[in-house]
Amino acid sequence: MTGPIEPLLTSRYGIEESWKLANAERAGAYEVARRALTSRPPAELREEVKKANIRGRGGAGFPAGVKWGFLNRQEGEQIYLVINADESEPGTFKDRSIMDLDPHRLVEGAIISCFAIDAHVAYIYVRGELAFSVNRLEQAIAEARQAGYLGERPFGIDHPIEVHVHSGAGAYICGEETALLNSLEGRRGEPRLKPPFPAVKGAFGMPTIVNNVETIASVPDIVEMGGEAWSALGRLPGDGGVRIYGVSGHVKNPGLFEAPVGITMRELIDDYAGGMLGGRPLKAVIPGGSSTPVLDPRRMVDAPNEDHPLHKWHDQSEIDVPMGVDTYRALGTMLGTCCAIVMDDTVNMVEACRNLMRFYKHESCGQCTPCREGTGWLVDVLDNLCTGRGKPEDVDLLVNISNNMMGNTICAFADGTAMPMLGMVQKFREEFMDAAIHGLPDGVRHDDSVRSMVEGGA
Amino acid sequence: MAFALTPEREQEVDDILTRYPERRAALLPVLWLCQRQNGWISPEVVEYVAERLELSTAIIKGVVTFYTMFFDEPVGENVVWVCRTLSCDLRGGKAIQDHLEKKLGCTAGHTSSDGKFTVLKAECLAACGQAPMVQINDYYYENLNVEQLDRILDAHATKGGEAAAAEFSTFASFGSPRGSGGGSATSAPPPPTKEAVRLASQPPPPGDTTGEDA
Repeated sequence: MTGPIEPLLTSRYGIEESWKLANAERAGAYEVARRALTSRPPAELREEVKKANIRGRGGAGFPAGVKWGFLNRQEGEQIYLVINADESEPGTFKDRSIMDLDPHRLVEGAIISCFAIDAHVAYIYVRGELAFSVNRLEQAIAEARQAGYLGERPFGIDHPIEVHVHSGAGAYICGEETALLNSLEGRRGEPRLKPPFPAVKGAFGMPTIVNNVETIASVPDIVEMGGEAWSALGRLPGDGGVRIYGVSGHVKNPGLFEAPVGITMRELIDDYAGGMLGGRPLKAVIPGGSSTPVLDPRRMVDAPNEDHPLHKWHDQSEIDVPMGVDTYRALGTMLGTCCAIVMDDTVNMVEACRNLMRFYKHESCGQCTPCREGTGWLVDVLDNLCTGRGKPEDVDLLVNISNNMMGNTICAFADGTAMPMLGMVQKFREEFMDAAIHGLPDGVRHDDSVRSMVEGGA
Repeated sequence: MAFALTPEREQEVDDILTRYPERRAALLPVLWLCQRQNGWISPEVVEYVAERLELSTAIIKGVVTFYTMFFDEPVGENVVWVCRTLSCDLRGGKAIQDHLEKKLGCTAGHTSSDGKFTVLKAECLAACGQAPMVQINDYYYENLNVEQLDRILDAHATKGGEAAAAEFSTFASFGSPRGSGGGSATSAPPPPTKEAVRLASQPPPPGDTTGEDA
């Protein structure tokens, strides 16, 4: 464990009315953009982002610098930047804080990024529910335009840049980048077949870079510090910088915390989020949004071979492995959005699993049969288990359905449903078998440890 | 009766159309404008949008039915979305829904008999650290307990949605201990008129476990 870091991404969160241009500028907003646009060639800026080793903050963890490198503009084409602010992954609430508390950091990142990739228009696609965040962004954009940072000649240079906010209307799948592009174009948010990837044919048939809000908001710091220095803030190779971690569920202080890449889940829960609520034991934690397979603190890393990427943590708890895109993949889960859902020992994992699978059933776009039907079947089987109508074979049926969803659909939604389902059964199989034989006790729910707090004397 | 946007909103449609290289891309923003004015996407609204954006009504209905926030039937004066996905459920989402239904006398998916509130179950609303929470119309209300919820609903019923939002709604907070943060009191959109946000501006340093043990 190391001491607290000087905040970068969240450095302006505490300023009074931090969302107003004058206040943000007093704390340094737009200085990096001004210098970048007036004195640095775009190729140099792209190189900084590449050297920063920033893994995409939207969940997939793809290196942003590499993604930018896929652009290969043809004659007559124009490049678009699309910023994914469709934050909807259950457990995830970090991007909203950037938009609400420091919208100018996102706008500044968008300006630098547009200049770097030679785009003239950026769209910020915000989930429809966040009307407040849309409003904050629109005000910030208006202020930046008024100040001459956007428009025909941002900072006086001949590279017009416009940033527009596009509001979604309630659909988790629109966080998938090609579904998002369809939604931006006024269509149903159904993912597209790939290839072509957005960098070749994206928004309006043009080459498009789609990046998460936090990724773009990190660009000013990367450019300011230099890619290598920024990367070195992280504790893992090939996974650089700082990021915003979130914690929800049964901890004392749920919330958002900025920390270097590579802290452990145990540090996040105990040192940042204040430990478990009421001092109860930690039963399980979903590390980075509901699509990432669950971690069980009682399970030890099994990597006796010296060439195993996790050998250093052999025989230590899963929650003591540093949180990184590659370390978590080696652990059989995913880092995802880095927003953890923490569950204490009162939670029944079959019931928790049913809650999440209902989410996926509700949100499947319905294009592909394995996903549309599979998500429904998973819920049906889990309903049976939870209501005492299950049988022991049902546990393997959950595995079977999941295996037939994975890899058989247009987008990663089905995988994002099947992986956590498989993880649940693998790590808490006894609990599933128990439910299959005995059903769940009457009135089982997730919030026994907080109910007196919520219901009070009522 | 045929539907038409107000002249100010018509102006806004013209402005929206300049943002995209294709006319159809204005569909979601224009549907939002219509729903804000009309309360729901009625068949007349579909006709209007079809004509304004030169699209077939079938395309518009296909889009309207895809997104949960476009209403294809009338709803109450206020729409209450109660989040029931895991993070909220771990912190009492079900208790909040139960209380809502008892207090308003209608189950999720229905409208109270006085027409003031429609209750709907929502999937994750990206406020997991401030659970449990509800969204009412355009605003979030977080770190709820039933007493607070009562105050919010009463304010909606007696003073109206904007006044209630100005008093109780919340925007994103940062590392704030339960009960002390979340901030409150804004009104948007239109722009916030009152910012009484209280933030725990820094994350507690590692090792600091001073948060209230609730």
